[in-house]
Amino acid sequence: MHLPLSEMYNEPDDRNVLDRMRQGVIGQPLDRPEGALKVSGQATYAAEWRIDGCVEGVLVLAEIAQGQVTAIDRDAALARDGVLAVIADPAMTRRSAQGMAAKAPQQDAAKVEYFGQPVALVVARTFEQARDAAVALRVDYADAAEPVPFDPHAPDVKVEAPSSSKPVEGGDLDQAMRDAAFSVDVEYDTPGHASAAMEPHATIAQWQGDSLILHGSYQMLAYNVKEIADCLGISPDKVRIIAPYVGGGFGSKLGITHEAVAAALAARELGRPVRVVMSRQQVFQTVMRRSETRQRVRLAADAGGRLIGLGHEALVSNLPGEKFAEPVTQATEFLYGGENRLLKVEVARISRLTAGSVRAPGEAVGMQVLEAAMDELAEKIGIDPIELRKRNLPATVPVQGTPYSSRMLTQALEQGAQAFGWSARQDRPCQTRDGDWWVGMGVASAARVNMMVPAQARVTLRADGSALVETDQTDIGTGSYAILGQIAGEMLGLPMARVDVKLGDSALPPGAGSGGSFGAISTGSAVLYACEEIRKRLAKILGCAAEELVLKDGTASHGDAAPRPLRDVLGGEDLTTTGKIKPGKTAKAFSQASYGAFFAEVGVHAFTGEVRVRRMTGVFGFGRVLNAKTARSQCLGGMVWGIGSALTEELAFDTRDGHLVNHDLAEYHVPVHADVPAIEVILLEERDAAASPLQAKGVGELGICGAAGAIANAVYNACGVRVRSFPLTLDKIVPSLPDPFAQTL
Amino acid sequence: MSLHFVEFELNGCQIDGMVEARRTLLDFLRCDVGCTGPHAGCEHGVCGACTVLVEGQAVRSCLMLAVQANGKTVETVEGLSGGPKELHPIQQLFREEFALQCGFCTPGFLMTLVALDRSEPRPNAAEMREALSGHLCRCTGYQGVLRVIDRLTEDRK
Repeated sequence: MHLPLSEMYNEPDDRNVLDRMRQGVIGQPLDRPEGALKVSGQATYAAEWRIDGCVEGVLVLAEIAQGQVTAIDRDAALARDGVLAVIADPAMTRRSAQGMAAKAPQQDAAKVEYFGQPVALVVARTFEQARDAAVALRVDYADAAEPVPFDPHAPDVKVEAPSSSKPVEGGDLDQAMRDAAFSVDVEYDTPGHASAAMEPHATIAQWQGDSLILHGSYQMLAYNVKEIADCLGISPDKVRIIAPYVGGGFGSKLGITHEAVAAALAARELGRPVRVVMSRQQVFQTVMRRSETRQRVRLAADAGGRLIGLGHEALVSNLPGEKFAEPVTQATEFLYGGENRLLKVEVARISRLTAGSVRAPGEAVGMQVLEAAMDELAEKIGIDPIELRKRNLPATVPVQGTPYSSRMLTQALEQGAQAFGWSARQDRPCQTRDGDWWVGMGVASAARVNMMVPAQARVTLRADGSALVETDQTDIGTGSYAILGQIAGEMLGLPMARVDVKLGDSALPPGAGSGGSFGAISTGSAVLYACEEIRKRLAKILGCAAEELVLKDGTASHGDAAPRPLRDVLGGEDLTTTGKIKPGKTAKAFSQASYGAFFAEVGVHAFTGEVRVRRMTGVFGFGRVLNAKTARSQCLGGMVWGIGSALTEELAFDTRDGHLVNHDLAEYHVPVHADVPAIEVILLEERDAAASPLQAKGVGELGICGAAGAIANAVYNACGVRVRSFPLTLDKIVPSLPDPFAQTL
Repeated sequence: MSLHFVEFELNGCQIDGMVEARRTLLDFLRCDVGCTGPHAGCEHGVCGACTVLVEGQAVRSCLMLAVQANGKTVETVEGLSGGPKELHPIQQLFREEFALQCGFCTPGFLMTLVALDRSEPRPNAAEMREALSGHLCRCTGYQGVLRVIDRLTEDRK
């Protein structure tokens, strides 16, 4: 007998509890409940809280890349109109906290490690006064005695094995490459990326005695509380973070960063609330980047097109000592066969801002390259790229032997091919011309690991027959408000109008936080468990077994008994309980991932090499769909990130002084809708009991994992130019374009 | 720095204040008036999140000084409806079509669309799309916004 309320998720819960409920709201494409607030300008983001006596802080960024601050001319700054303080406290951060760090990042901002690092905070009565003084602040520096290179490919760069991951080795890859009937050995580059969430980081800090209240823009409040507390040397129970609405995160708000710590320090020094809002340029320069990568992929196939060897090695970068290394080969470990393998990531120690999580760390860049290399192999073998993928899906994870919890990859490839019209694709490049445009199609698999993290949620069935869900889980635009309410509504038999969801306050039970696509399944499972407990208590009141209890439209019944309103059953009492879940044995016993397939049709301008995506189809299988609208929107957004990383997005660092050249939204090119053609998203229903008691898996990042590969493959199919350096800008394509006057080749 | 008297009509109400010449209309609205619907996404006119209507025209309020609004009519997203419970038809369409996720860019999209919706002659779907290509959204993939345009232009036929 399975014990559903065990905190550790040790065995798959295949009771499919949600499918036995009667309310019929789970999975439905319901509107987000906070949507009305957002469209009417009433959702309160971090910088927008009205707090009496609040003054304004502006960060001062280093104008050197590496060295030591030797002097700050405080007096000149304090003499300026309205200036209240110049904060240059050793507790100020010089790096951002990584996701789930739960402790302080590197502090002591006087040691400069990268160009644009914050070194001080100027506080004044108005924002303009603070900005003016920040710009004018004189800071003296001494150069670093032993600077590290700016360029990950510099000859003197130090390359290390990351502490965060070990290589995967099996058999003899070199021998497999020699034995192969067909092989590919290629090197690809991907550039650094920025999360570029629309809301810049902002914090309002206020002290009440020795307790700190932060209105901030963060993704994982329970961890952020500990990070802030550790920075300030105070107990976590003295810190409260309030963040009910977060204007996007995409990894950049996983861990606390400079503005939060600086605001807290300034507020303590001045004895009044301080607001620090970063400029867009400061966010780009100081918060978090996705590392650029150089990836070597080796694929060895036998005469039948089956992989006998697979190599995926990547060089990424980070600051010295930083543990995070972009886990480029994360999905390569389980996606395809090839027992002879070498998967490895190395990290170059350089002077650029902290590298960390940007949407789908690992797969976002690893999958796009692996899938482009697979396209190259399919061409060498002379088989359809879909067929190549289908032939190489192993029965268990190579080397490890772990079984798959579920895998909808074949279905996604087949349904996608049908919906997209893949059969119209030409096998050879340069076969389709539309005016001045070469037209081609490409495919790629999608894969992203599924993770559960510890989560809690409190559910109250109120005496009036309505419900309240409370957790510090954030909603960064993903749909947490919607899906947590739907789970409670389904389990307690309530229409959505009678379920309230309160999120984004660290005083509430700690949810999973928003990151790694794990928020919905982890916090959602905690809500499910809490509701199961409430159902048990209701059953006890009614004198029936929990399994017999039927809850629907605010009534309870069992057997032949007539439905009774919950209000009557509850007799004036609230029922409250906190559900908890932690990852257990299922996490290791099964390879868990969400899967899918991308199809892209592109046009490549025959004269200029400009690439335009003409249409895309994405098909995704990620367990139970909790809300078809929020899930679909996550997939759409991810695919547009794929368009960005395929064609436009690239952090450009000057290799002479390390400064980030394109540190704003004018120069770092996020796709606009004119870059985005018709996109079709198809959601596959499945149940994955190993992944969570909801039978759901993560979806927030899946839409980006491989999407750029499909576009690159379509570019090759269109014009016969294989670009192994993302993004595929026209300067990389035009030198190799075929005769533009030839209609086909 | 000296202060200047500024007064204008905001969402149908006359407001005034003393403001430094260097204060943007966006910061004046958000910090002095407490009208926080317009959002600061880039502060140099690229992202569109701060869009408001000045004399009925869509304007990036981060690129306009508060003093330049003196004597004019200004509308923000807060003025489109009586609040979350009585939405403007375009706000309602945004909700229904899931044209928003985190919501930070949303007021800007709305204000540009409202300006287009009111203008004569009425722009067609292609013209509306063109006008909205200057608004950034990092969450939704834009498909919901484009459906809003389709429905708006369908409704007019």
